[in-house]
Amino acid sequence: MIRLLTVGCVIGWLMLSQIDITYAEPYRPTDDAQVLERLSFKVTDPAARAIESLRADLRNNPRHLESAVKLATRYIEQGRSEGDPRFLGQAQAVLTAWWNEVTPPPAMLLLRATIRQNAHEFSEALADLDQVLVVQPTNTQAWLTKASILQVQARYDEARRACQRLARLAASHVLLGCLGDIAGVTGQSAKSQELLRQVLSAPTLSGRERIWIATILAETAVRTGAIREAEEYFAEAFKVGIKDQYLLGVYADFLLDQGRYRDVVSLLQSETRADGLFLRLALAEQALRLPAFQSHTAELAARFAASRERGTTVHVREEARFTLALLRDAQRALPLAQANWNVQREPADARILLECALADGNRAAAQPVLDWLNANHVEDFRLRQLSEQIQETTF
Amino acid sequence: MRTLLVLIAWLLLNLPAWAHKPSDSYLSLSVEHDQVEGRWDIALRDLADAIGLDRDGNGQLTWGEVRDAHGEIGTYALSRLMLSAGTRSCTIQMLEQLIDHHTDGAYSVLRFHSNCGGPIGRLRVDYRLLFDIDAQHKGLLRLTQGGQTNTAIFSRESAVQEFSVAERSRWAESRQFIHEGIRHIWLGFDHVLFLLVLLLPAVLILAEGRWQAAGEFSSVCWNVFSIVTAFTVAHSLTLTLAALDVVRLPSRLVESTIAASVVLAGLGNLYPAMTSRRWLIAFGFGLIHGFGFAAVLTDLGLPHDSLLLSLVSFNVGVEIGQLAIVAAFLPLAFMIRRSWSYPRLVLTGGSLAVIAIALVWFTERAFDVQLFPI
Repeated sequence: MIRLLTVGCVIGWLMLSQIDITYAEPYRPTDDAQVLERLSFKVTDPAARAIESLRADLRNNPRHLESAVKLATRYIEQGRSEGDPRFLGQAQAVLTAWWNEVTPPPAMLLLRATIRQNAHEFSEALADLDQVLVVQPTNTQAWLTKASILQVQARYDEARRACQRLARLAASHVLLGCLGDIAGVTGQSAKSQELLRQVLSAPTLSGRERIWIATILAETAVRTGAIREAEEYFAEAFKVGIKDQYLLGVYADFLLDQGRYRDVVSLLQSETRADGLFLRLALAEQALRLPAFQSHTAELAARFAASRERGTTVHVREEARFTLALLRDAQRALPLAQANWNVQREPADARILLECALADGNRAAAQPVLDWLNANHVEDFRLRQLSEQIQETTF
Repeated sequence: MRTLLVLIAWLLLNLPAWAHKPSDSYLSLSVEHDQVEGRWDIALRDLADAIGLDRDGNGQLTWGEVRDAHGEIGTYALSRLMLSAGTRSCTIQMLEQLIDHHTDGAYSVLRFHSNCGGPIGRLRVDYRLLFDIDAQHKGLLRLTQGGQTNTAIFSRESAVQEFSVAERSRWAESRQFIHEGIRHIWLGFDHVLFLLVLLLPAVLILAEGRWQAAGEFSSVCWNVFSIVTAFTVAHSLTLTLAALDVVRLPSRLVESTIAASVVLAGLGNLYPAMTSRRWLIAFGFGLIHGFGFAAVLTDLGLPHDSLLLSLVSFNVGVEIGQLAIVAAFLPLAFMIRRSWSYPRLVLTGGSLAVIAIALVWFTERAFDVQLFPI
């Protein structure tokens, strides 16, 4: 009863504060110097300059595929750094001329697959990649992207086969990164770490590649409970100095699990734009009982509502986590976590579904994850803990 | 090869799906006759991408920079929105530009007025904002007409959409108010009881200070007709005055007086001397009941463009409800009027019961207390 009342109060208060945020009256600022918005870049930023010159190229020659591909690639890369999906829409707009062709050029298909992967349109993305691979069976990038999508869908055997196609096509570290990532999840973490450690020691890796390998190593270490080792790999990844949303998110989760809430706050303090990072910031603030927690939770609720209004569903994992951890409403969180599991099946997706099932006292809902854990020999001590808890608890 | 590998490595990592909101604009259109009032919220970041607002290039947009670009913003936005009614295109005139904040940042709020030069049967909205530079941009529309709101989403694949405005027909609207009128008279027990108490003696006549059964049905009908008509005329009068905001009475006074009217009507049945002209009582208290109806009507929200229609419709609804009650009551009462129990049990007992109920109402309403918590 008390729980119900608490949930009611929180929701009521959120709705009120939501109204506050979304429906405040428009106004006319009085101060010319008032800063209303911060943009992704200054005019003088190298990224802005690069994009501007590519845009100019394309303006002069709108049907030039190479310029379009370059600009779109640049946009997607920017989206990855900033966590801003606007860049993906811009990339798509650049490719408009080829988007609806029956057989678009392979370069364009690759980008379309990436954009679709981002929108969680996995089967469409895989279809694009297969179309590329029919024309260009040796296209490294297509095999890699295909492997990563298959991995997200927990189709590990197919993902491994896609990786293996890279053996003669790319440098060895690409093959090892591709296979190592899958092996780390599916019960071969020791072997995966051994191989990837060697890759990481190679001085020839580029910055992005170093972040990639170090992040896989760190995630694998986290899953096996090797805390100190994980910390070292995270440090290695951050040392590269390129901002990476994925890395920030994984590291914040690691800190949250360690109870290092202050570190999360200082890491993510300025990351209020990207929902996923903002969510982790609010989780840390909740644990520390910081006053900002309330307004941040209300803001997140408004963002999820806005995303639903627009009809997009790419934030379901985050929404489930938000609903469970911040709103403490397991009943509403569980269907979200289940819907998310139907689309993507990574350890993080498994974890939120198990947590929701446990909180809601619904063992049947956890069954698909338990099956997945056993069928793939998934190595993750936290998931194992949760699954034991679920099996021991009599609901 | 080097750049290819960089790209490969980066693609392999699962792209973050938690990014913040994609680009949306919020368009509200409110249709009244041949006019459309519009409000359009467009993200400053989108406007910066489209027409470049950051004059000093420092990565920050100030109010000064936005204000200086108001002309360009207006021209840009309006060139990407076309409204038309049937084959006539509507002219759009920018009224003002303000600032508002949505969950993902600051938005420029464009208020505009559109004239379609004739009644709008179907409103066609052609929305082309930003699709050329952001293929995932969406326009979220709220279309308001009368009391109804429709929502729609514009995307690059569905940039042109038509909405029927006339479907909110006069008839549907008036039906809605008739329905509300009936509902109110049936659920507002005070009105029903008042009417019934006045009608109870209608099948009887007073002879030498005693109740006797009335003879002909036609004279009974005439009696009932006069009471109901007086009540109707009176409450229609005050309902109209109150709904048009000509007269306004505090609701506590109105509600207590309504309760008092029921008490008095009941007493009138017990002391029949004063009831020779019951239609006058019906008229007098009908005036007060009208104010009670008006409160309901105000709560329902009267559409400005069809005030009179909804007023009349609501009133018609009240009358229909009333007539239904009379139609159910009258034949029954007429049939049993000669029985021994009618004057004693039904008239006296019924009136006493109603007086008791109405006294409770009166006390509760006049003194703002709750005697019988529900």
